[in-house]
Amino acid sequence: MVKRLIVLIYLLFLLVLPVGLIAWRTFGDGLGAFFEALTSSSALHAFQVTLIVAVWAVVLNTIFGVGAAILLVRHEFPGKRLLNALIDLPMAVSPVVVGLALILVYGRFGPFGGWLEGRGIQIIFSTPGMVLATVFVALPLVVRAVVPVLEELGDEQEQAATTLGASRWQTFLRITLPGIRWALAYGVVLCLARSLGEYGAVAVVSGRLVDQTQTLTLFVEERFQNFDQPAAFAAATALALIAVLTLLLTKFLRPKG
Amino acid sequence: MIQVRDVNKSFGVTPVLRDINVDVVSGSLTALLGPSGGGKSTLLRVIAGLETPDTGSVVISGVDATRMAPQKRNVGFVFQHYAAFKHLSVFRNVAFGLEIRKRPKTEIRKRVMELLELVHLESFAERYPSQLSGGQRQRMALARALAVEPQVLLLDEPFGALDAQVRKELRAWLRRLHDEVHVTTVFVTHDQEEAIEVADTIVVLAGGEVVQSGTPAEVYDNPANPFVMRFLGPVTELDGHLVRPHDLELFSAAEPGTVPATVARITRLGFEVRVELEVGGGEVWAQATRNTVDRLGLRPGDTVHVRPSEAAKPLALV
Repeated sequence: MVKRLIVLIYLLFLLVLPVGLIAWRTFGDGLGAFFEALTSSSALHAFQVTLIVAVWAVVLNTIFGVGAAILLVRHEFPGKRLLNALIDLPMAVSPVVVGLALILVYGRFGPFGGWLEGRGIQIIFSTPGMVLATVFVALPLVVRAVVPVLEELGDEQEQAATTLGASRWQTFLRITLPGIRWALAYGVVLCLARSLGEYGAVAVVSGRLVDQTQTLTLFVEERFQNFDQPAAFAAATALALIAVLTLLLTKFLRPKG
Repeated sequence: MIQVRDVNKSFGVTPVLRDINVDVVSGSLTALLGPSGGGKSTLLRVIAGLETPDTGSVVISGVDATRMAPQKRNVGFVFQHYAAFKHLSVFRNVAFGLEIRKRPKTEIRKRVMELLELVHLESFAERYPSQLSGGQRQRMALARALAVEPQVLLLDEPFGALDAQVRKELRAWLRRLHDEVHVTTVFVTHDQEEAIEVADTIVVLAGGEVVQSGTPAEVYDNPANPFVMRFLGPVTELDGHLVRPHDLELFSAAEPGTVPATVARITRLGFEVRVELEVGGGEVWAQATRNTVDRLGLRPGDTVHVRPSEAAKPLALV
């Protein structure tokens, strides 16, 4: 009884109170003010940037994630353990460090950045850099969701498909992919949630250019710093709602995976 | 016709197949028999193309298939644990190979239903593998492998995961199926009874080598060495020779070639009686009929005289 109370109070101060207050402040002036704050041109642009970055990050991480999972589970090669460890690295490295590292490599004075900029391709302070940063921080999510299911699935079904005449690609599409579909969906949703909410790495590489490289999380922070609390709270609530939605989606996907 | 020539295969530094030479005659039903770890599954997978031999060649119907990808070999493969496509219905499982070959829908439907009838699963077409018993799943897997009209059907311990009753039924059923379909079939088993009952040729593999091959009767009656004799059936040791216990004759008085023995124990197993004997300090057992034991009035402690029957082929132990 006491234990339960302690847990509830702990969660109340940590979770319920802050989130509840944001919602209360957001809707304090009614739904009209909420939608008005979210439909300003800066807010809409921030939504758009967030969506572009998140979609690219999810697509890239899905392709890489499935490929890496198959490589790790189905193949033996030198350096496998190193690859396995590297995939978890983004979990351990602070996003800010990720951002700085990307600037070092792809910035104007970095080894790649200078060469690319000479060819008219800008990475840092632009969408490609933000996508890179987001891909980096969300890298392990799809791989780690798919690997255990792929292991459990085993390779006998794939071998059976091969003996029945299926090529590698046909085997992947008809056997492997349906076998991992729920785990993959779970990983994709997690990756999407992480991509939408990323702040640190994106803040560093984006240059925080309002109406250019400002994502929704950056928008919240910038509005808050400029004492535009209604806009900040409205965007924060929108982010929280998206998070809750993805969370529900993962709950829905989890038991089947 | 499958010809396996001088095949060697190692996993890391462990050799699993050594200088394997096997001929499988068209239309035959061949068993690869041996203890686990003997290399029989690896050999089957080499024939299917799921493993590549380090040296040697595999020729299927006159075509060198050694480096050919498994999907090009047109072999049917049945796995011990069925490898059912869990997300596809029984119908779609069996249709898989035909869909890959882009056959017309009506033709697929006709062929799949024929096959489901052949394996007695015609009323299960719309079910999923998880709704089938082990034996039904294996029959589905067999129909799936047969659907593409393979030149060769390969079965890897096909009944190994089933319980004894279903196993016996499926064995007899496989034999009948083979007599109907006549597809060249190779199956792996560690169960000598299964091999003798089902196959018309047995290849005994142990330690990665072919120890002996021949018809079940040949291998059982003329084993190449003590290992094969032990593996194919019960044996006992008499006077430095391995003998089948059912080839031992018991007499109340000394006869030419007999040795005296003391009865240690008598176990009646229905019509068959197991008589345990002491011969010169060693232990021997004879499989006798109840009639013989009753006629001799055998009891523990009695002295009897024992010798191998004339038909027996005792194998000298080195």
